[in-house]
Amino acid sequence: MLFVAKRLGSALLVMFAISIVVFLIFFATPGVDPAARLAGRGASPEVLSQVRHAFGFDQPLPVRYVLMMDHLFVTRDLTSYVNIGDKVVPQIMQAAPVTLSLVLGAAVIWIVLGLGGGILATRFRGSVVDPIIMVIGIAAVSLPAYWVGEVVNLITQDRLHDSVFSWVPPLGYVPFAQNPGQWALHLLFPWLTLALLYGGIYARVLRAELVTAMGEDYVRTGRAKGLSERRILWRHALRGSLSPVVSLFGLDLGSLIGGAALLTEVVFGLPGIGKLTWDSLQNLDLPVIMACVLYAAFFVVAANAIVDLLYAVIDPRVRRA
Amino acid sequence: MVEVTVAIATSERGTPRSRRSAGPWRVAFTQIAHNPVAVGSAIALVIIVAVCLAAPLYAQFIAHTDPFQSNINGTTVIDGHSVAVLQQQTQGLGLGVEPIGPTWNISNYFLGADSQGRDVFARLLYGGRTTLLIGFSSALICCALGALVGIIAGYFGGPVDWVLSRLMDIIWAFPVYLLAISLSVVLLTGGLRLGPIVIGPSNLLLPILIIALIYVPYVARPIRGQVLSLKNREFVKAAIGLGASDWRILRIEILRNVLPTVIVFIPLMMALNMLTESALSFLSIGVQPPNASWGTIINDGLDLLYTRPAVAIAPGIMLVITAVALNLLGDAVRDALDPKAKLRGAA
Amino acid sequence: MPAAPLLEVDDLRVAFRTRDGVVNAVNGLSFTVGRGEVLGIVGESGSGKSMAMYSMMGLLDNPNATVTGSARFEGTELIGMPLPKLNRLRGSSIAMIFQDPMTALTPVYTVGWQIVEQIRTHEKVSSQAAWKRAIALLDEVGIPDAARRAKSYPHEFSGGMRQRVMIAMSLACHPSLLIADEPTTALDVTTQRQILELIRDLQAKYGSSVIMITHDMGVISEIADRVIVMYAGRAVELGGKSQVVRSPRHPYTWGLLGAIPRPGQRGQRLATIPGLPPGPHDDQIGCPFRSRCRFAMDECSEMPQLRATGEAADHLDACWLSGDARKSLRGEIA
Repeated sequence: MLFVAKRLGSALLVMFAISIVVFLIFFATPGVDPAARLAGRGASPEVLSQVRHAFGFDQPLPVRYVLMMDHLFVTRDLTSYVNIGDKVVPQIMQAAPVTLSLVLGAAVIWIVLGLGGGILATRFRGSVVDPIIMVIGIAAVSLPAYWVGEVVNLITQDRLHDSVFSWVPPLGYVPFAQNPGQWALHLLFPWLTLALLYGGIYARVLRAELVTAMGEDYVRTGRAKGLSERRILWRHALRGSLSPVVSLFGLDLGSLIGGAALLTEVVFGLPGIGKLTWDSLQNLDLPVIMACVLYAAFFVVAANAIVDLLYAVIDPRVRRA
Repeated sequence: MVEVTVAIATSERGTPRSRRSAGPWRVAFTQIAHNPVAVGSAIALVIIVAVCLAAPLYAQFIAHTDPFQSNINGTTVIDGHSVAVLQQQTQGLGLGVEPIGPTWNISNYFLGADSQGRDVFARLLYGGRTTLLIGFSSALICCALGALVGIIAGYFGGPVDWVLSRLMDIIWAFPVYLLAISLSVVLLTGGLRLGPIVIGPSNLLLPILIIALIYVPYVARPIRGQVLSLKNREFVKAAIGLGASDWRILRIEILRNVLPTVIVFIPLMMALNMLTESALSFLSIGVQPPNASWGTIINDGLDLLYTRPAVAIAPGIMLVITAVALNLLGDAVRDALDPKAKLRGAA
Repeated sequence: MPAAPLLEVDDLRVAFRTRDGVVNAVNGLSFTVGRGEVLGIVGESGSGKSMAMYSMMGLLDNPNATVTGSARFEGTELIGMPLPKLNRLRGSSIAMIFQDPMTALTPVYTVGWQIVEQIRTHEKVSSQAAWKRAIALLDEVGIPDAARRAKSYPHEFSGGMRQRVMIAMSLACHPSLLIADEPTTALDVTTQRQILELIRDLQAKYGSSVIMITHDMGVISEIADRVIVMYAGRAVELGGKSQVVRSPRHPYTWGLLGAIPRPGQRGQRLATIPGLPPGPHDDQIGCPFRSRCRFAMDECSEMPQLRATGEAADHLDACWLSGDARKSLRGEIA
């Protein structure tokens, strides 16, 4: 329990640190007047003074930080100056389920693919499975997910849409609550695009871990105990090999939510946080971008903390740390 | 003990450093040279770099085009007929214009035109120059900076280490794309002004520095760990015991042992950085017009995806080939120099 | 005529295919282990003693290794036994403990869990009953507060305690043969003693046979009934403990015994055997020890057979030296 408290405490600390960094980037980068940045291109003097007042530009830095956090998380009345009157936080809240659907669905698929691939590759070491996993692994770190998404779109939406892929719905998103079947169908290709890439990496990492684990002394002990090869692989080798995969999962969940998923949303026309960020990037709507970054970053930190707690469940040695 | 003394003594006499390190370096080089995958990747990279460097020659002497000048009303000659580069779209919804598609004629709109009538192939080559330049220089800066931070933190320890490590922790915990987006969007709206230094919003230095900065912890963390364990090795302890200065130990014992890892990171980092650059450019916060990069061309092609897919697909293919070659080469270099080196757990 | 031995090994060979040809890690090893007997196998690292045990137990997973010869346990051939059948023997009738207790236990499960797993693999008992037995076993091998410690993970034990856990686990199904592969090597000296005493006490109590693999003649003299001295994959001397320790016949054994520090020997240089054991690729014709043997003769280019060279018919060695000359020659070494 002490471990849980410690881990959550450090997550809070990291969130605080990130918010400071974001604050400094947006409000204290040397260059032009930060108020002019926030107000957007060609803002009128009235808007500028409005921004100055709302974010306390006449006051010292710590006060400005508090004001920013207040607008973001307490009163949640941060408004876009480009699309005047649009409240930012409700937009994010609306977009969040889309991003979560994309990321979590893809994560489930890639974990299954990755674990399955890694275990298969270990069972059939030295067969064709090995080079296949190797190729996918290299491709996964070399392919831009958004570009793969475009290729997938080109094939499923256009080139083969009249034949093989006539069942593929047009780009967009259908909420789960409205129609679960359509929800899954609309998300299928975005999921697969992400999951194939990440699944390849996981299969490769897990295979390397498993091959190492199968050479460990405790595997020999298991054999000397008379355990079946299957039990040794599943109960002994796999358990220890999962730890690096889990910690990788924490990192990837973060990079996915804040990166690859963001780009995938744009390509597949999914109105999630990534699409929101993209839209505001097109007209440099800084308040929205700032809010998206902070919310996404906080979500990532929370996800990492959860993954770390999971890690401690899997590997008892971590709990002492 | 004796060996260390000798080593220090010889280097004091100014023995060329290469004499002691020639052995392992040469062994590694031979191993890479005998690895067909590595050699193939290296050849592919050389070709890609050479072709991209030749972009101005191609534009001027073969295609006779200016890839940065929009050519909305231009015409070109195909099969003896004069054709408008941008045709009014007649089919489908009939909205907008349709650029001409690939002619597969190397001297004339080889891959067709983009929505502004510019030669896609020429832009592809120019874009390659930008992407490769950003990838390479940011990888170098990132590895140098990461190594510096890692060595200083690991070697001096104490409060220096604490501050640097916490700084790295924060950047590490910050999702890289979000950090890059924050930095880019702020710098692109006004450029960077540090006293007398002014970097304009469209300067390529901005994406280079941003990308280099966000990946520093990827390099600094493993290097710090390596320095920490080196510090406890006998030969370093012996050097300390013999009263060698910090500078000498850093230079002779630490740097020399850390260098292989840093070199292993460079190609892997370059692949990662190129992909990041493209992603940022795709989001329109990386390379700014009039410059083009593979990422910005993919972005240009997004609206033309179903009519003229070559615009978005071609730069993607170039990007993937380059990244695969770099990753394969990086893996080979790692196997030869430092098999245990890991870039962020994965790959 | 005594009853049939528990384990009968005959001409056991382990060959590895390598890039430079075939290497024989175990080269025609034959011995028997009687019921309730403690057999010590001693030799330098790389002499093939562990390899011989692993090959019998089907624990060599190197695809380039081929095992030939015969090892009959209670009359059943172990070599080439199909895995499911072998798995019924491993851990129940034949148990093993290993050199490094730090790594031999799976780090992510409690020690109690691992002992319960051992029991329930071979016996149909409820997990509560198995857990009770696990605690009793831990108690028996001298782990204080066993009921609580059963719920601890391997990393929470010291090296010696972990080896006790390994012993408890190996004894869980009352094996008739316990193979201990250098069980004390990774431990500090005082712990080594305790572990040896524990093995000896438990062996006496349960009457299991033990094969004790070690490179330490001291361990042999402590615990073994009979001794095999191995060198480069072959047995070079075989006999009762007192025969081998008190009147060793092979020059290699002389060297081994000379390398044990003794009280009253202070100030003297500890004897060592000059040179290194032959590498795996050195030529394998003739006596493998001859390059390090100061008594090497022309005959040594041919491998001597293991045979009785002295008065005792059950004290064998493989050396061309004439039986009478040995006493005086040994004096030269000491």
